[in-house]
Amino acid sequence: MAFLLRRAQAALFTIACVMLMLFMLVRSVPGDMASIMLGPRATPELRARIVAEMGLDQNIFVQLWLFLTRVVRGDFGEDIISRRPIIDIVAEVLPNTLILAGTALFLSLVFGILLGLIAAKSRGSWADSLLGLLSVAFVSTPSLVVSIVLLLLFSRALHWFPVAGVGDSGDMLDQLAHLVLPATALALGWIGYIARLVRAALLETLTEHHIRTLRAYGVPEWRIAGIYALRLALVPLVSILGIGLGDLIGSAVFAELIFARPGIGSLIFNSIAVRNYPVVQAAVLIIILIYILANLAVDLINSRLDPRIARAMREGRQA
Amino acid sequence: MTARWFRILRDRNGRLGLLFMGLVLLLALSGLILGADPNRIDIPQRLAAPSFAHWLGTDNLGRDLTARISAGTRSALTLALLIVAASAFLGAVIGTAAGLFGRWLDWVVTAIFDTLSAFPALILAFSLVALYGTGRQTFVILAILIFMPQFGRLARSRAQALRHQSFVEAERLLGVHPLVIVLRHILPNIAGPLIVLAGMNIPVVITFEAGLSFLGLGVQPPASSLGTLIKDGFIYMSESWWPTIGAAGTLAFATLGSTLLAETFRDILDPKSATDAEGRA
Repeated sequence: MAFLLRRAQAALFTIACVMLMLFMLVRSVPGDMASIMLGPRATPELRARIVAEMGLDQNIFVQLWLFLTRVVRGDFGEDIISRRPIIDIVAEVLPNTLILAGTALFLSLVFGILLGLIAAKSRGSWADSLLGLLSVAFVSTPSLVVSIVLLLLFSRALHWFPVAGVGDSGDMLDQLAHLVLPATALALGWIGYIARLVRAALLETLTEHHIRTLRAYGVPEWRIAGIYALRLALVPLVSILGIGLGDLIGSAVFAELIFARPGIGSLIFNSIAVRNYPVVQAAVLIIILIYILANLAVDLINSRLDPRIARAMREGRQA
Repeated sequence: MTARWFRILRDRNGRLGLLFMGLVLLLALSGLILGADPNRIDIPQRLAAPSFAHWLGTDNLGRDLTARISAGTRSALTLALLIVAASAFLGAVIGTAAGLFGRWLDWVVTAIFDTLSAFPALILAFSLVALYGTGRQTFVILAILIFMPQFGRLARSRAQALRHQSFVEAERLLGVHPLVIVLRHILPNIAGPLIVLAGMNIPVVITFEAGLSFLGLGVQPPASSLGTLIKDGFIYMSESWWPTIGAAGTLAFATLGSTLLAETFRDILDPKSATDAEGRA
């Protein structure tokens, strides 16, 4: 419990720092914020509205207080262009990105663990070296390149999958067909990374005492590797999942743009193009919130999976 | 040291990495040697497939893709080296200072590093680009800001551990100037892991630059970049695949080659870290 509290406290502190930094970033831009945001659209009325809404005419501490209290209530203000609440604009596209990143994470886990397990069990053989090389290639190839290659091969040349969009909103199968290529493109790097991680962790845990004991008791080898050793090998895996989700949501922008999927990445990208900073700020803040909360969840899952971590935390050692 | 370098050749992945990076370097330098102009427009020859005159074909304005990809590769490699070196240096200085002097400096530096690390790299880049705009100089500064914290955190924790080692305490009791201790004992002990981390970051920075430039948020034309080339090719994809394939393939070769080399280098320099780096608690 103390462990949980300490982690939550650290997460809250980071969130506060991130909000402070986003606030200071906006104010550190040289020049007049309202004109920068409006650019050629600037009219006296629009300018006055931005100044009033963002509190630009007030003391900096009042502005900070205004910003923080609004954000805590989930109020990111109104979009200057469409006049809709910004939170609605973000909430509209967020599910698309979460589904994409979630599917990619799922694919990475399934195939990553599978390949890692095969590599560890066939250690030193040609299959192990082949999987090793394949994993490095997966890890190092930018998802941008993978997206383009998949699009060219499977949509343009073979016509197996649709080229663009998220699919009809009522048609699950159509949506799934639209999801396959971008999710694969996004997942490939993490498949390679997880495969290497699982292989290394398995090779290490397979030499531990309690595994040797299991072997002495005559437990079948596939049960040892697939259940007992894998459970321990999952600990380093789970601890990177939080980072994984953040990275996937961040780099989803390439898959989203190349496969023309609406999502939070393409929303940020389009908003940068028209200098709509409040939307960028809101979207970025929401991504980081998800990222930090995912990391918090990961720590909790890990302390359940391996009691040694929670114990280490209690004893004040670094886990 | 030379013996260590030869060990790259003994490792299969190391040989492969050397081969890939050799090819990429050759391509990068070929533009300088052959002297083809990457900006010469030749509309009748637009979107040509590879031929003797244009080894990798031409783009939508008939410009020679070999020359353009060569220039883009040069820019990618230079930028990656510059950004990684600057991030490692600044991170080492700030991290060491925080680790050694402690107190409020350590607190502030750690809070800043933690806050910066709370952003996924691309998202931080987005929020900076949205405010400060694009351009080569802005890009280099924001990339250093994004990649520095990991070096800083590493330097800080190493410096903190070294600070209470008996050989450092002994020097301090002998009245050796703190700067001398830092230069003679702390930095050499931190350098190894920092160099390994720097190597591992080269492919990451190459990918990062290409990605941002693909989005039009990184290096701006007419300066060449693999990312911009991929984007230009992508626009004309329905007419010809060659512009995209050439630039994307080169990018993949460069990241794979530098990853293989950096990992071999890591294993040689610090065999134990091969398992440490996998994030075990």
